[in-house]
Amino acid sequence: MNDFWNWDHAAAVLPQLIEGLGITVLATVVGMVIAAILGLVVAIVRRSRVRAVTLPVGFLVEFIRSTPLLVQLVFANLLFTQFPSLAVGCVVLGIHYATYMSEVYRAGIDAVPGGQWEAAVALDLPRSRTWRAVILPQAIRNTLPGLGNYAISMFKETPFLAFIYVVEMYAAAQAYGGANFRYIEAITLAGLLFLLVSYPTSLLVRRMENRLA
Amino acid sequence: MSDKINKLVDLLPQLGQGILVTLELTIAGAALALVIAFILGLGSRARTRWARVPSRVVVEFFRGTSLVVQIFWLYYVLPLPPFYVELDPLACGIIALGLNYGAYAAEVVRGSINSVPTGQWEAATALDLGGVHRLRRVILPQAWPLMMPMFTNLLIQLVKGSALAAYITLHDLNFFIGELRKGTTDTVFAYTVGLLLYFVFAYALTLIMNAFEARAKNKVGQGPSLREVLRVAPVQTGAAEVRS
Repeated sequence: MNDFWNWDHAAAVLPQLIEGLGITVLATVVGMVIAAILGLVVAIVRRSRVRAVTLPVGFLVEFIRSTPLLVQLVFANLLFTQFPSLAVGCVVLGIHYATYMSEVYRAGIDAVPGGQWEAAVALDLPRSRTWRAVILPQAIRNTLPGLGNYAISMFKETPFLAFIYVVEMYAAAQAYGGANFRYIEAITLAGLLFLLVSYPTSLLVRRMENRLA
Repeated sequence: MSDKINKLVDLLPQLGQGILVTLELTIAGAALALVIAFILGLGSRARTRWARVPSRVVVEFFRGTSLVVQIFWLYYVLPLPPFYVELDPLACGIIALGLNYGAYAAEVVRGSINSVPTGQWEAATALDLGGVHRLRRVILPQAWPLMMPMFTNLLIQLVKGSALAAYITLHDLNFFIGELRKGTTDTVFAYTVGLLLYFVFAYALTLIMNAFEARAKNKVGQGPSLREVLRVAPVQTGAAEVRS
């Protein structure tokens, strides 16, 4: 029964996991900033009336969205060997999630009542000002819960970075397990730490959803 | 370029093998996920706390921890003491995918059933339909079309997650990309071909799921029947845009 759970191993691995958790959170924040900005750009570009622009962008978004993040990460890491893999990983995470976020923004922009557009035209606002001062402030409010949900989901996908040799939390657990032949504490604790961060965050997002709704 | 194409042709049997493994993971994982989704989704709406609380805990647990952690927990921890359960890698992948996406799908099942109007429940009760009968004949046929688009999304997520299988010794599509890269020594070529294969795979699944969705909607009197959809070019999305 003592085999089941060894507290010495648990205590030994925990500092390394916490260190890895820092990288995991860092990757999530950087990735989400990229996704939030790029996603908005994509959403606005896809509303353009020029088919020569919307068709290729639309295809690219569909392509990135429906192919595995893992394969994209490994591919990008093999291509851009001159950059540190953490940077490559954050950018790929950001681009992958930008394709999800663009759909959230699209829904948010579509949900702004048509009268707002008409009012902006009636007031003779230039197009850039219509977007900045009228449409986006209303649209982005609707997209905040979506942003939160995708941030949580990205947080749980950061272990994929372990496969491009970024030592985030999962890779730290794996390394400890391999070095000491004790996987149970390391991998179980890594899973529990994910839950410990993601579950309260998801409760917060749910509250935000209810308050905005 | 032509020697790379030749290499690709040489590797075709391996490619077939890879697609087959990815397909097995997808279909078996999705089937398991569907069963788990209904058990947990219905469980989390149950009136007794004995069904509701465990269902919620399991759903939140598998949604909250990462798929990577789950798959490797099954692969590395289960064979060790005190479990001594040595799973076949394919079974590992299927169970992990099924549990993880099943938990997500359970939320879809719960939400869709909740959005069936209460009048439908009351009418079924008024007609003295039993619990199972009410669910099977009245509630689920209406909730099912609501679930379909979200199931399609989850299925594509599952396909993408299945790429992890290459790291638990399975020779799936992702593994094949690595082989192609070794064979051609051309990273860009191998990964472009590989990603395109994944894209076609996911696209085909989306088309099939859209057909199921059209059928489910038609059965509750929304939209054309599958036969009508298949006869003309896909117009559903275009028509929806015009209306809005």
